[in-house]
Amino acid sequence: MMIDIQGVSKSFGTHKVLNEASLKIERGTTCVIIGRSGCGKSVLLKHIVGILHPDQGKVFVDGKEVSCLNEAGMNALRMKIGMVFQGGALFDSLTVGENVGFGLIEHRKIGQRELLERVEESLCMVGLCGIANLMPSELSGGMKKRVSLARALCIKPELILYDEPTTGVDPITAASINELIKSLHDKLQVTSIVVTHDMVSAYTVADRIAMLYQGKIIADGSPQEIQSSTHPVVHQFINGLAQGPITETLDHDSRIKQ
Amino acid sequence: MKMPQQFFINIGQKVFYFLYFVGGMVNLASQTIYLTFMPPYKKDRIMEQAKKAGFDSLPIVSLVSLFIGFIFALQTAYFMQRMGSEIYIASLVALALVRELGPVITALVVAGRVGAAITAELGSMQVTEQIDALETLATNPIKYLVVPRFVALSLMLPLLTLYADIIGIFGSYLICVYKLGISSGMYIHVTFDALLYKDLFTGLLKTVFFGMIIAFVSCFEGFNVEGGAEGVGQATTRSVVTSFILIIMCDCFFTAIFYFLFP
Ligand SMILES: Nc1ncnc2c1ncn2[C@@H]1O[C@H](COP(=O)(O)OP(=O)(O)OP(=O)(O)O)[C@@H](O)[C@H]1O
Ligand SMILES: [Mg+2]
Repeated sequence: MMIDIQGVSKSFGTHKVLNEASLKIERGTTCVIIGRSGCGKSVLLKHIVGILHPDQGKVFVDGKEVSCLNEAGMNALRMKIGMVFQGGALFDSLTVGENVGFGLIEHRKIGQRELLERVEESLCMVGLCGIANLMPSELSGGMKKRVSLARALCIKPELILYDEPTTGVDPITAASINELIKSLHDKLQVTSIVVTHDMVSAYTVADRIAMLYQGKIIADGSPQEIQSSTHPVVHQFINGLAQGPITETLDHDSRIKQ
Repeated sequence: MKMPQQFFINIGQKVFYFLYFVGGMVNLASQTIYLTFMPPYKKDRIMEQAKKAGFDSLPIVSLVSLFIGFIFALQTAYFMQRMGSEIYIASLVALALVRELGPVITALVVAGRVGAAITAELGSMQVTEQIDALETLATNPIKYLVVPRFVALSLMLPLLTLYADIIGIFGSYLICVYKLGISSGMYIHVTFDALLYKDLFTGLLKTVFFGMIIAFVSCFEGFNVEGGAEGVGQATTRSVVTSFILIIMCDCFFTAIFYFLFP
């Protein structure tokens, strides 16, 4: 699936989160979006599945403008997209198995046997075989995140949006999630967008890295290009420096407020 | 200097919130009613909600209506004994319970018990992005969450009310027969004599609307939660208070209409 974000602006009240952000993602590539906490990465992802609608600008997925789709068109599109929410967003009144199979149960006419197989298969892909009968409240934070990933995988999507898939899981699991993202990309040509703070994971999975800063995509290129970027903001972020333009503007802003 | 300004800003905010509420409720109600009649129909989800709203409310409804029956019998007895016409306690209690007290008390109990639970549940789903997750799984949250609660509440409230009427009358019967010395056969006879079908009908018909009010208000407040756990708490309070007010207003409206329609 190809994604084309054209000049999207979004405000909440007076707070302008996205300010004419533009980004193009080719079919079958993995694009990593980096940026500081609270800069609007999750908001950007929600525009792609049409949970949020842009104040200005357009989002095209597969050539169709997302906010102009009717209900049937939107549902058809969403059945091709898997989204892993930052906090998991598991339905806590349903079991893990029902959560993972939710899309299939609601929309595809498939038999009980096949459903159970698909659910178990998805859970095994994230390393959580045999927990289908637990409730989400019985899981740890990292397990919830992986179940959420399994739920996204279960509908066999063409596009997967990962909102910080490796945050809050141990390094070994994080590495296996990275492997999973890579193998989906290599074997099934799934298009992926990965939001992450973890630069190691970003370099492992990315075909492209884009950086969101002050509501705009300020840099967009291959991992090598980003790594050798001379843009001061990008440089500070990927090297995790305490001093630099990002923190200076913050200091500046807070001085103005005082 | 600042006071009058602040006053008008406050009024403005209240008016704005009110209009937002009315618009949102009308929107939610129309979408819900439309989606209720669109396939697919998920019966088991309605049954689950019907159990939560109806069956699980039986203990508290029994308790409250039994005591209302006791109280009402004793209070009317106070006056009727002075008039020397104790036997009319039966007819008064029957009419008041079936026409007014049964429906309203049941609706208020359900609003406090079920409405609050719905707001808290949907509200915490909202703050943990579960509602967003439903949408990304191509499921309409109104169809999935509101429709079953709407159908369950508007069907269960009349049934619960009917049950409350019976228990309330039974409560009053206990007082009259065992404390005031009215004969059992006489009490039953007078009760059935006083009640007309239209009393029962108008009493139960309005509870269908009370059920809808509870469903719409509690779901609307749940969907509109902002600001984490604290927001859920505030929304729950607001949901119960708003339901109470709307139920009483709606009751007044229906009582007036029925008064002129079925004199
Ligand atoms: N529904 C909303 N209502 C109001 N403000 C919102 C809403 N959603 C997001 N915001 C605001 O938008 C900004 C960006 O939020 P977002 O969740 O996209 O950040 P993020 O880049 O994903 O950060 P993190 O890395 O911490 O997850 C935040 O300042 C937040 O306050
Ligand atoms: Mg985020």
